[in-house]
Amino acid sequence: MNNAIEANGLGKLYGRRWALAECTLTVPAGQVVGLVGPNGAGKTTLLELAVGLLRPTTGTITIGQRVGFVAQGAPVYAGLSVADHLRMGQALNARWDAGLARRRVRDADLDPRQRAGRLSGGQRAQLALTLAVAKRPGLLILDEPVANLDPLARRDFLDSVAQAVTASGEGTTVVFSSHLVADLERTCGYLILLAGAQVRLAGPVDSLLAGHARFQSLDDLVVAYLREIPR
Amino acid sequence: MTWLAWRQARAQLAIALVATASVAVAAVIAGRTDSTLRLWLSVLVVAVPGLLGVFWGAPLVADELESGSFRLTWTQDVSRVRWLALRLAVAGLASIAVAGLVSWLVTWWAGPLDHVGMNQFGSFDSRDIVPVGYAAFAFALGVLLGALMRRTVPAMATTLVAFTAARLVFRLLARPSLLPPVTRALALNPSTTSYGSSGFLPLMPAPSLQPAAPDLPNAWITSIAIVDGKGNALTSSELASTCPGIGQGRGGGAAAGGSGHMQAPQSVVNTMHDCVARVAATYHEVVTYQPASRYWPLQWYELGAFLTAALLLAAACAWRVRTIG
Repeated sequence: MNNAIEANGLGKLYGRRWALAECTLTVPAGQVVGLVGPNGAGKTTLLELAVGLLRPTTGTITIGQRVGFVAQGAPVYAGLSVADHLRMGQALNARWDAGLARRRVRDADLDPRQRAGRLSGGQRAQLALTLAVAKRPGLLILDEPVANLDPLARRDFLDSVAQAVTASGEGTTVVFSSHLVADLERTCGYLILLAGAQVRLAGPVDSLLAGHARFQSLDDLVVAYLREIPR
Repeated sequence: MTWLAWRQARAQLAIALVATASVAVAAVIAGRTDSTLRLWLSVLVVAVPGLLGVFWGAPLVADELESGSFRLTWTQDVSRVRWLALRLAVAGLASIAVAGLVSWLVTWWAGPLDHVGMNQFGSFDSRDIVPVGYAAFAFALGVLLGALMRRTVPAMATTLVAFTAARLVFRLLARPSLLPPVTRALALNPSTTSYGSSGFLPLMPAPSLQPAAPDLPNAWITSIAIVDGKGNALTSSELASTCPGIGQGRGGGAAAGGSGHMQAPQSVVNTMHDCVARVAATYHEVVTYQPASRYWPLQWYELGAFLTAALLLAAACAWRVRTIG
């Protein structure tokens, strides 16, 4: 399968509200994909359907590879130490690169004995990313990984995602979501715009911009598409 | 994976073992002279399974759902059900071990007092092996309620209520007939039969004849009925027509113008004696009971019933965890 994610008529109903509706989508493998959209657009729903935390109400979603996932807010166990988390990653996974995990923890300046509950937001995001990356997944999914980080930690985190992708080779696909286009601009080669529970735009950033010559930047393009959605 | 389950259970287990050891040391130092201590230790054995269900069972899945850490754990290679199975196994076996240890210690400590003291069935719930079944059941019940309610504190409260209700219902409805009870027919003895009512206020039955319990050492008497040759119970109207004025006579205390328990006047005793003798012409007493030798079979059956229920609850937990989302 050459696609990292294939969704067909995918929908998720919460009570009487469709969090995601009629979503048909293919994400090509080997890309860094930005999933952008306003808050409540269905980004988290789409990603959690992809990793199997949610079950679809309609349609199907298929994943080509093993997934490493960092959930929104980068949840960790407050009572466990950083080292405990690495050991947990090893215990819960069939494939685990312990050397990579140790290296990443060292590079991010995390103290292995520190309890995760006492880490800063940026450190916690780095720990969660380490757990996801050390699985050596073919597909890395990050849900709003930088939403709560200050600008410096944000930059550091995005750089370490880029490094992780480079280190793991060509075939790796990364999908990460954000409500800020600026977070995606530097890193993404492929864009999916989600708004009002539906996919509005999807494609390689270059060809999206080439096809809409009147827009100077990705930001302008996204805003123009968002304005077209009736409120 | 077993490592994670153990890592998340070990602190709780350490606290429980330290608490158990402290109680054991205190009980040994206090010695067996204090009968209130025997009562409190029995209460402890009854309470421990409930506490394990509330503090170990209910948060096991609910905490993961409430804090969001399930999004970390359930997206690894290990499946949700396998994750749950190992956490249930480790924390469930720890619960069983703690309840078993507490029960064993109290059974040992109270052994000499139990031996000379009251009926063995009086402390059935707080001795020997049944507390192990209660602990497994309470734990699995807590896990399931936590997984269904998705919030820790409400799940803890509900676990306590549901566990207490289940124990009471089993105690009142199931235990007396776990093994077919033995019945024995006796003639009514006018010298040892009294008149009155026993029970708690909302459920107070109408007053009737109360034969004294027959001498069945260490047996569990579940009912004493007064029936005629065809098996019909003595009704209150039948009693009133056989013994006019019963229950209207003043007791000894009131007749003497005082209060408290005093010897009834001889006339009242005689009236009562004659009444019972008249009733005994057509009615006799049927005692339903579990003989002393049934103590261990009943312990095993009750243990088996609660362990089976615990396994069913665990299966329901697996179903619930699989379908969340």
